[in-house]
Amino acid sequence: MDLQTITYLFVGATFALYIGIAFWARASTTGEFYVAGKGIHPVANGMATAADWMSAASFISMAGLIAFNGYGASVFLMGWTGGYVLLALLLAPYLRKFGKFTVPEFIGERYYSRTARVVAVICLILASITYVIGQMKGIGVAFSRFLETDYDTGLYIGMGIVFIYSVMGGMKGITYTQIAQYCVLIFAYTVPAVFISLNITGNPIPQLGILSTMADGNNYMMDKLNTVVSELGFNEYTTQVMGSKLNMFAYTLTLMIGTAGLPHVIIRFFTVPKVKDARSTAGWALVFIAILYTTAPAVGSMARLNLMNTIQTGPVGEVTSNIKYDDRPQWFKNWESTGLLKFEDKNGDGRIQYYNEKNKEFAAKAESYGWKGNEMVKVDRDIMVLANPEIAKLPNWVIALVVAGGLAAALSTAAGLLLAIASAISHDLLKGIFKPEISEKEELMAGRIAMAGAIGLAGYFGLHPPDFAAGTVAIAFGLAASSIFPALMMGIFNKNVNRTGAIAGMVTGIGITMLYVFQHKGIMFIPGTSFLGDMSPNWFFGISPNAFGCVGALANFAVAIIVSKMTAAPPEHIQHLVEDIRVPAGAGAASDH
Amino acid sequence: MNKNTDYWKENLRLVAILLAIWFAVSFLFGIILADTLDAIRIGGVGLGFWFAQQGSIYTFLALIFVYTKKMNALDRKYDVHEDDD
Repeated sequence: MDLQTITYLFVGATFALYIGIAFWARASTTGEFYVAGKGIHPVANGMATAADWMSAASFISMAGLIAFNGYGASVFLMGWTGGYVLLALLLAPYLRKFGKFTVPEFIGERYYSRTARVVAVICLILASITYVIGQMKGIGVAFSRFLETDYDTGLYIGMGIVFIYSVMGGMKGITYTQIAQYCVLIFAYTVPAVFISLNITGNPIPQLGILSTMADGNNYMMDKLNTVVSELGFNEYTTQVMGSKLNMFAYTLTLMIGTAGLPHVIIRFFTVPKVKDARSTAGWALVFIAILYTTAPAVGSMARLNLMNTIQTGPVGEVTSNIKYDDRPQWFKNWESTGLLKFEDKNGDGRIQYYNEKNKEFAAKAESYGWKGNEMVKVDRDIMVLANPEIAKLPNWVIALVVAGGLAAALSTAAGLLLAIASAISHDLLKGIFKPEISEKEELMAGRIAMAGAIGLAGYFGLHPPDFAAGTVAIAFGLAASSIFPALMMGIFNKNVNRTGAIAGMVTGIGITMLYVFQHKGIMFIPGTSFLGDMSPNWFFGISPNAFGCVGALANFAVAIIVSKMTAAPPEHIQHLVEDIRVPAGAGAASDH
Repeated sequence: MNKNTDYWKENLRLVAILLAIWFAVSFLFGIILADTLDAIRIGGVGLGFWFAQQGSIYTFLALIFVYTKKMNALDRKYDVHEDDD
């Protein structure tokens, strides 16, 4: 069977599975719609959380980032896993004890303020929408590359699938679908990794493969990779930093706090039966996430090694060591046709030279070989995971599996985000603020409509990506880190933080983060409006805009505590509320409302 | 009330210890001291690099499960645990 047919088969089968689950897990109450009736077992919930969390970015982009940034990409590995420690220790059990449906609901009650609740809703919607656009784009790209539909059709199919199971099943449908999606995506990620690790090092476990010697037993794999990249003028793989050590520190911290503050992750902890289960859910979620995240460094480094070895087949400087353009492998041609891989024969010798022309010392050497510049003018790092099985010459079914896995990752995250948006609108805005007398049945209907609306909006942005789509990750994590996380943490750990303090803190946190991002990346990311220019010399202590959320978070904490000291303490019933959420006993009762 | 205050204090102590380890394996070993630790090599990579890309994640896992176990014991010690079904 050819690749096309197998891909259709795999993707079709997984989609049929998701729709089947949707019919089986329909939601009939608001409790089921928002929090799956609070009846999900922690291991199952951990798996669903993992699928919710691991997006197209984790599945497709991260290994590419690692491949080209080496040690510097550690910020993503640590940042996107370390946040779960914060979640488990500082937020999850208490929010579960509080026992409501949404994050703004907690903020509104703890700070006895509708304003605080609305501010939280705005932060939540901004963070979630920016995040969901990326997922929609991922779905469109995967379809257009592998199923040879156009981008728009791919997007419509993806939206249709999400619509069926999330509108019908709400959190209940989404949770059970995500469990299936986790299985698909983790299988799709690890199978090629095992094959590639076996090919290169002879060790089938990728986590050990990166610590092993090459299959020929001569060199350690990482030493070999360091040598191969350094010989072509690139930075040494295991020591190259991202910006500076301070920037890496801030970046990691921002991703960690941002992870713990992202509402679609937090609401997962409302779906378990007990406080005890909220604690262990975080652990199980991280187990399932860690399987992918500890494999990613192997996928990244081995893909880089394979890529370099494909082009530079022998000692640097010998003419025959560079592969002839006409002899390039099939995967090379496939990706050239997407425009994500580009070759330009600068010195007209019909061979491919791929090296770091920005390294002056090496560029001089390259000239003496008759090389006239780096000829791989574009190597899009997002193609690494998708092209990896082809580069490693794995069978077609593995490639088809990876496509199904990428789609599972994008769909599961999109659904989780859309639910967070829908519940903020129907539960926090409609029921909480505008129409408190609404019946449960009406609210459930409103939730479904809000969900359908959110899918439509996300689809619109997917079809017409706004200029700022590329910069949105910075905003999503920055917002969550600088506004939501501090408000939640202080709400639990500091009884004295009051309404005024919390609102002032959230506004300051977001304000500082947004200002910093906009002044370097342009107002709403419109090119040319950045008044300081996107140049590292102007960065505050060399901290990149993406890494700035932690500074906003610090400002949030400081402002909230100082303002609270200067204004009246929270009323007594709020102090009792805080004391009550600090102990697990009575959680069952709290959830009946 | 006193009982709950003591429970909360013990909880905070546990969280502080675990977060200190969380900070050490990622920010300290993985970033700040990475160059120094890289002198120690395991299987072709430096220890700092290993912590940044593997070790910190394994430690995070252990931290959460230790926390869950200790907190469940603490809940019972102070008799603030949830009803058993």
